[in-house]
Amino acid sequence: MTLLEQFQLWLASMWPDWAAYITPAIVGILVIIIFVLTMVMVIIYFERRFMARFQIRLGPNRCGPEGILQPIADAIKVLFKEDIVPAKGDKLVHWIAPIVVFVPILMIFAVVPIHKGAILVDLNVGIVYVVAISSLSTVGIYMAGWAANNKYALISALRTIAQMVSYELPVVLSILGVVLMVGSLSMNQIVDSQSIPFILLQPLGFIIFFLGTLAEMNRCPFDLLEAESEIIAGYHIEYSGMKFALFYLGEYGHAVAYSCIITTLFLSGWRGPLLPPIIWFLIKIMVVFALIVWIRSTIPRLRVDQLMAFAWKCMLPMAVINLFIVAAEVLWLPEVFPWIMIAVNFAFACALVLLWSKLFVLGGGRVEV
Amino acid sequence: MRFERYGVGIAKGMALTLRNFFRPPITLQYPEDKLVISRRLRGNELVWYPDRCTGCATCAKSCPQGNIEIITHVGDSNNYVVDKFEVDTGRCMFCGLCVESCPYEALFMGLGYERAQYRRGQLVLSKEELQPSDIRQPSGYARPKVEQTLPRQSLLINWDKEKEEGGQKLSPLPMRKRRKGNGL
Amino acid sequence: MAIKTEPFILNMGPQHPSTHGVFRMKVTLDGEVVVDVEPVIGYLHRGIEKLAEGRTYTQNIPFTDRLDYLASMTNNFAYVLAVEKLAGIKVPERVEYLRIIVAEMMRISSHLMAVGFFLNDLGAMMTPMLYMFREREKLLDLFDMVCGQRLTYNYMRIGGVSQDIPDDFLPALKRFVAEMPGFIDEYDQLLAENEILLVRTKGVGVLPKDLAINIAASGPVLRASGVDWDIRRDDTYSIYDRFDFDIPIGNVGDCYDRYWVRMQEMSQSIRILEQAIAQLPEGKVCADVPQLLRPPIGEVYGHIEAPKGELGFYLVSDNSISPYRFHIRPPTLINLTALKDMVIGWKVADLIITFGSMDVCLGEIDR
Repeated sequence: MTLLEQFQLWLASMWPDWAAYITPAIVGILVIIIFVLTMVMVIIYFERRFMARFQIRLGPNRCGPEGILQPIADAIKVLFKEDIVPAKGDKLVHWIAPIVVFVPILMIFAVVPIHKGAILVDLNVGIVYVVAISSLSTVGIYMAGWAANNKYALISALRTIAQMVSYELPVVLSILGVVLMVGSLSMNQIVDSQSIPFILLQPLGFIIFFLGTLAEMNRCPFDLLEAESEIIAGYHIEYSGMKFALFYLGEYGHAVAYSCIITTLFLSGWRGPLLPPIIWFLIKIMVVFALIVWIRSTIPRLRVDQLMAFAWKCMLPMAVINLFIVAAEVLWLPEVFPWIMIAVNFAFACALVLLWSKLFVLGGGRVEV
Repeated sequence: MRFERYGVGIAKGMALTLRNFFRPPITLQYPEDKLVISRRLRGNELVWYPDRCTGCATCAKSCPQGNIEIITHVGDSNNYVVDKFEVDTGRCMFCGLCVESCPYEALFMGLGYERAQYRRGQLVLSKEELQPSDIRQPSGYARPKVEQTLPRQSLLINWDKEKEEGGQKLSPLPMRKRRKGNGL
Repeated sequence: MAIKTEPFILNMGPQHPSTHGVFRMKVTLDGEVVVDVEPVIGYLHRGIEKLAEGRTYTQNIPFTDRLDYLASMTNNFAYVLAVEKLAGIKVPERVEYLRIIVAEMMRISSHLMAVGFFLNDLGAMMTPMLYMFREREKLLDLFDMVCGQRLTYNYMRIGGVSQDIPDDFLPALKRFVAEMPGFIDEYDQLLAENEILLVRTKGVGVLPKDLAINIAASGPVLRASGVDWDIRRDDTYSIYDRFDFDIPIGNVGDCYDRYWVRMQEMSQSIRILEQAIAQLPEGKVCADVPQLLRPPIGEVYGHIEAPKGELGFYLVSDNSISPYRFHIRPPTLINLTALKDMVIGWKVADLIITFGSMDVCLGEIDR
């Protein structure tokens, strides 16, 4: 039973039924919105400072002590900017697109357990819900790219569709590996069954899922749709003011959401010794995000055909093989010796990575025109 | 193209960025923390000593932009008296040719570099504004005698030495340094 | 049923983050594939060639700074060499060494910029660029110490240099020369084996050897295509024949080779710097040249190996104080003529990196 359901029962003993039903929902939604917005502020600041240190700079340090008010200053600045709609753009779609991008990201957090029982709804199909909802923001990005009536934005929108569709498959297949081991789709159950974090049990699944999510949240080295040096800012090139802020929030909200999901699926969620669960959860999110920032500050971007080749030729077959291996192990290996499974899976992961490094050819070359 | 090295190259690069993560940042926090500038700095201004100037206008002739305006008349002791000496620093490109050509060491490049103004007209330096003052000091450009009196330039290459020794001491945690002034 | 598609025209620039200035490309795209490129230049045109005809020979030196503003020192060098050739001036020994020291420093600095921005075009989020800026900053500090400015040096004069180097210059330069190979190794560690860099650049934007020769390409772009040609060695000017250095040659002519040639040239410049510092003689820093130089009637073409290629000045004198004709042969303008042949059939992203790997400077192209 989740905390919210207990709250609802407690209210029902005093208030009429309808009030006891609505109040916890509103409280839960508010808590999630506040959590997401604060986390986005924190990670924007964190990313800028962290990346600055990778680049032997200092990063923002003027607003407030050590610059921690910088995201707030940015938010205020962006709120006061003029909202420009291109004259030949599709005005309605231009207006709806940021909302379509941002809302699904908030909705992901409904099934993320941040503490024992602290989850908005413990859906029995939690992880399927995450997969379904998170692909919705692709539609928003495509709408933004289309509505702007800008060729850069259009290229970006087309890249988005191709990229998202390709990377959804390996991501889902690597999630299936986890689901097979747990035997449930509920996020709470997934956390409960991780006495050993699944990153040890399924190293290959973790790598595929991590790279896939990098592509899903448009992070380096898969940030093709906003490739600054090629198509400038991609789909949000014609956005300014509050609408741009929503895209920005959406981008970082996506990063938080996927950090949460990686934490839940592979790093045993809020579980951990000594410290309270919420602290463990935040620490794990930050570690995952730090890894993302580290990758972003080191690696150049892939080209679009290489990106697609990487998804279809490399990640998808590996994810399928991983799924079969896990299924076989769940069927035949006794559950009492998880260490055997860890050793076998690490061996398989290394073998597959080496094999694919030798085998597959990344992308095409010149096209005759 | 293939990933022939199994990602070893990427891992090496990530190791290098991590190494740089623990290096001290090389940026300084500008208004609070200033470097010692070059002794020969060609700053955004000129410094003119009226007592040494004979009004020969060699500087005006050597200026590639034709930017120095000098009007003189003949004085009592058969010398030139400078009526107008005006430099439009908005058009000046600070090449220093006027300073090099001055035969009487009356014209110097200035050390100032914080000369942003709100109006273009304020960039035109008149006779009075060109004279040396506390905030308008001559630099050692083409003037070896002045050069010796100025402090040593701080260099990034000497990142482990103090400023007085011509270095730019980098500390691993410069954010701990207290900032002076009440800037935001 | 085949879907009906049609190419569209994308106007890249003049305001675009990776056109390195105000360059404009009218790109015809078929989806992501580049069908046609039409470069449009002239947004930074200042008429330097015409301006120079109204100024004395000395007054033109600051204008050459504004050509390739990332390598002002070599621009000065090429110009004063041409004028000295025209007027038949012999410069003192120390000047030759000082000029070569600053020119090689400039080459390192320019190549650092080129490689850094090339990586930025590849999408490496500024990190390699900022590492390279760290080393470039050290060089700029030294240039600042010598001539008082960080970008537009105006250091060389006809018959010499404007001032002698200060006494704390050589120790700092020696320290730089000692430290720099370590940093080049670091860049190699970061970049040379990076798989993504390799897959993005190997085989991309190939400039074939015969085409490179036909368009009169020069500098690292030419050498990456496998042509062994360096003016420092093949048409020696100043005292380059006294130094021992290698000329790195690529073999394919793709973006990776251009990157690789630049990295190798930095190491070779370090070698030249080491030798020049060791041999630096004492002496005068300027020959006796009249302030208003009137070269004899005639014409001259002086060229040097600038960081970006063969930089030439063609001067015609009519025995007056200013040149009758002042023509610049900018290396990057001529290298850029190959752009269309190099990118057709590649993707937009390859267009950007190919353009980035040519290391253009719009101040020089538009003049």
